[in-house]
Formats: sequence, C-alpha cells, structure tokens
Amino acid sequence: MSQWQPIAELAKQVQSGQIKASDLVDKSLKTINQLESYNAVLAVTEDRARKRAAEIDRAVANGETVGALAGVPFIAKDNFLVFGAETTAASNILKGFDAPYQATAINRLEAQGAICVAKANLDAFAHGTSTENSDFMVTKNPHDTTRVPGGSSGGSAAAVVLDMAPFAVGSDTGGSIRQPASFSGCVGYKPTYGLVSRSGVVAMASSLDVIGPLARTVEDAALVLDVMAGIDPLDSTTVERAAESYTHLEGVVQGKKIGVVKEYMGEGLQSDVKQVIEAAIEKLKAAGAIVEEVSLPSLPLALAVYYILCPAEVSSNLSRYDGQRYGFTYKDAANLEESFSMTRDKGFGKEAKRRIMIGTYVLSSGYYDAYYRKAQTVRTKVINEFADAFATYDFLVGPVAPSTAFKIGEKVGDPMQLYLEDVMTVAANLAGIPAISLPCGKVGDLPVGLQIMAPQKADAALLTMAKQAEAIV
Amino acid sequence: MADFTREDVLRLARLARIDLDESEIERFTGEFAAILQYVEQLQNVDVSGLEPTVQVNNLSNVMRSDKVVDYGYKAKKLLENVPQTENGQIKVKRMVG
Repeated sequence: MSQWQPIAELAKQVQSGQIKASDLVDKSLKTINQLESYNAVLAVTEDRARKRAAEIDRAVANGETVGALAGVPFIAKDNFLVFGAETTAASNILKGFDAPYQATAINRLEAQGAICVAKANLDAFAHGTSTENSDFMVTKNPHDTTRVPGGSSGGSAAAVVLDMAPFAVGSDTGGSIRQPASFSGCVGYKPTYGLVSRSGVVAMASSLDVIGPLARTVEDAALVLDVMAGIDPLDSTTVERAAESYTHLEGVVQGKKIGVVKEYMGEGLQSDVKQVIEAAIEKLKAAGAIVEEVSLPSLPLALAVYYILCPAEVSSNLSRYDGQRYGFTYKDAANLEESFSMTRDKGFGKEAKRRIMIGTYVLSSGYYDAYYRKAQTVRTKVINEFADAFATYDFLVGPVAPSTAFKIGEKVGDPMQLYLEDVMTVAANLAGIPAISLPCGKVGDLPVGLQIMAPQKADAALLTMAKQAEAIV
Repeated sequence: MADFTREDVLRLARLARIDLDESEIERFTGEFAAILQYVEQLQNVDVSGLEPTVQVNNLSNVMRSDKVVDYGYKAKKLLENVPQTENGQIKVKRMVG
C-alpha cells in the first residue's frame, strides 16, 4: 500500500490547506533517506524543495491558487537540468555541473506547484538498460536487491516503486521509461515524439528522445503528462498538444480493436513472461475487446536500425563534452588536442565511448550510405508497417521486455546482450508513437509490464485504454 | 564489412577525440565487430521505393521571430561552469604556433 494518495487528491488537499506541502516534502525526503541503500537517488534538492514548499504553504494561507500539482513532490532523472543540485546525467564528465537554467518540463511542473526533491540515478547519458552503466552506482530492484531495476530510467522507476515520491520523470530513447517500469513495477509512459519539450534535458539521440512520467497509476501519469505537454519555443520539434485535458480517462474496452504483435510473442520471449502477457490479453478480450494477432514483419530489424541511428546521433550530441566550456577537464594536457582526447578518455565511461565510436564509424566517409542512410530508410519501412497496422487496429499490444529483471552483473560483460533488452521497445521510438508499460502481473516476485501502443498523437486514447486495462489486468 | 581491426578502432578513437588505453583498444575491437555484425542484417533488406526518415513527426522549417528573449540568466552564471576563465572569457590551450 502506497503512502501517497492520488496526485490530484494530494494537490487538492494542499490547496484546501488540509495538508501542508512542507509535510509532503518531509515525508518524501524521509523515505529517500531511509531507503538510501537502493541507490535510486544521486542527490537530494532538499534546501530548494523546502523553500518551495514553504512558499506554496504561504500562498495557500494567502488564499492564492497554487496549481494542479500543488505541493506534490517528485523526482527527476539526473539528465534533467534542475536547480538545487548538480546535473550529471550519471557521468563523470558532467560531475559538478550547476545548471544555469531548468528544463522546460521541470518549469512547467513547478508552475503547477510540483516540487522536485531529488535527482534519480540512470545509466550514464541514458545509455543502457540496467543502470549498471551509471558512472556512480548501480540501482537495486525494489523487489529483489540482487537484480537490476531496468534502465536507463532505473532510478526513477525504483524511486516510484519504493514510494519515495508520488511520481518521477524520465526520458525514453529506445525504451528507457518503459523497460524499467516493467522491471520495477510501475506505470511508465512514453508520449508521442515531440509532445513534451526536451529543452534542458541532456540530449542522447535527438530523433528518438522523448520525456515522460513514471507513476503508480495511469491517472497520475496522465495528470503529469497534461502539465508537461505542448509546444515550446525552445524545442522546435515540439507538436501541438490535444485541446482537451489528457486526464479525461473515461472509456470502454468493449469493441476496441487490439492487435497482438506476433513478432514480440515468439522466440526470445521468456515463457513465464509470455503466460502473464497472454493472461492480460485474455482479460481484455473478456472485457469485450476485439483481439487478433497482427504481423509487422520488419520489427525484428528495428533493433539493428536503432543501434545505428542511436550511436550516430549520440556521437554528434556528445561531441560537445570537450572539457573547455563545462564539466570535467583534464588539467595536465600539453595542448588543446590532448586536452580534448584526455578529457574524453577520463570523463566518459565505457558505454559512452562505445556508442560515440560506433556512431563515428557509421557516419564516417565510405560507410554513411551503407549504414546510416540504410538505417534511416529501413526506419521508414517500420513506420509504414505501423501505419498499416493502425489502419485496422486501435491499439497494438505485447510485452515490454523479453524477461523479468535480470541479476546485477549478469550481462555486464557483453554489450550486445544488454542491447537486446530493447528489442520490444525501440520500434515505438523509431515510429514516434506513444507507448505505455502497464503492470499486469508477476513471475514470482518480479513484475511484468504489458506494452500498449497507439498511433502518433493518440495519447489521450492510449491513456484512456490503459486506464481501463489497469482495472482488469 | 564486419572485419574490425585494431587500426579501425584507433582511427575512430582519433576521429572521436578519445585517447584509449591498451585494454580498451583490445576490448573494443572484439565488441565492435560483434555489434557491426548484428547491424549488418540491414544490408540485404529491400527498401526500393522508400525514402529515409529524418524527422518522424513531419515538421519542417520551424521558424521563430529573430528577437532577444531574456531567460533570466546571464553570461556570468554560464561562466561559473567553465573550467578556466580569464577576464570573463573561456580560456583554452594554445591552438597555433
């Protein structure tokens, strides 16, 4: 049982003066402190959080309207620029970085009264599926401390499940919100590409990156999305939000057409995970959904497309870390060239180096057409197959990940094994479509997430469907 | 194309401005070969008639008016993160001569 009421209820009680924002912040910080050994959190923003809580309590006492998230504590993945603590993206090269401005998503949450209390651990620069690539520490799974929480938003997912705050925010480039939500057991929402501004979030792969909430319920996630969504002049890839609120979640399962993605249910899917997913799908059927198997034959190629496009974009985005303008710098360099290469050698972890160099390779002269351009073109093929499927089906479903949470250290020696974790999540990023991970059962003590996908900009319909599914699966 | 040599790794490290140590060079040579072998499966995919996707939500030429906006922070604040400064400027190692 969670110590937090639904977010809308908490905000209402803060606004009416029944509870104080300061008490909510206290409760959150106390839980973070008690559960420190899970390594979910890299830093607390305690001073700023307490100051903001006092301001909100004062505003309420003065009869002012505070906002839809009045006094609600939250935790931000440490690749969001936030005041009150350093922003490191869990990397040594950004250690000590003091954000001069905040992410638009954070500003929007704060404008509605939410209070950031801590920064969550992640795989450095969000490169990973387990948080084992963090340059600082490995987060432990809330259900079994010998296992990973998933990643890269592993700290955010674990923090929500450990009840450290009512919600967290993360980023999803190839599954980094959904896979940890599945492994740790919370709701993880990846919106339509461009629905939430990425301004002030450390860039990974810009044609794929999205920002989204991790929360205990679909209702909470929808409210957080509603506050963050919409055009931002600071991110020219943002799109118009729906005119209506994303929090209107009344709907029915009856008559909805659902395609079960054949390519995600076959070889490579752990059999006990498959059983949990099939049982959830049966319940949707029993509630009146029209369920059929659908094939998207190019999906098995999506991961290969991803592991060309993502490193290519990473290599561009991470070229800015040169030790001259911010972050770590190698002090004993003889000249500028050595200053760059030694800073980047000492400052980047293994996975960042891997992705930068693979990206450099696929973009380099002689290989660009064979790798990068080819991957962009196969991406079109994947997008077209989704469009065909959505011409028939309202939603597509399947697992989020091929297994439940694996053991810490189990895959760490083999990058390809860790890359394969993304096999069921990357296609949604390639197509820019919204997708959710919804807790739908367990294998032993370990949670399993059901993935539901919808067409671009059908976020409201997807959240409505997820809300109905949440009640029955 | 998936033959990947030590020289390839060194060339990439140079292009990417990363000074690798000996153990990393050896490790990456094997790993990159495996990763490239995996992504190589795209080579035989038929993409005739398809255009590459560069922007997934079909936006193009997003314009804004060319005017100064005050976002509430000053150059001084930005310079606080700079490793070395002199007279309010970023200081780097000598580049020429």
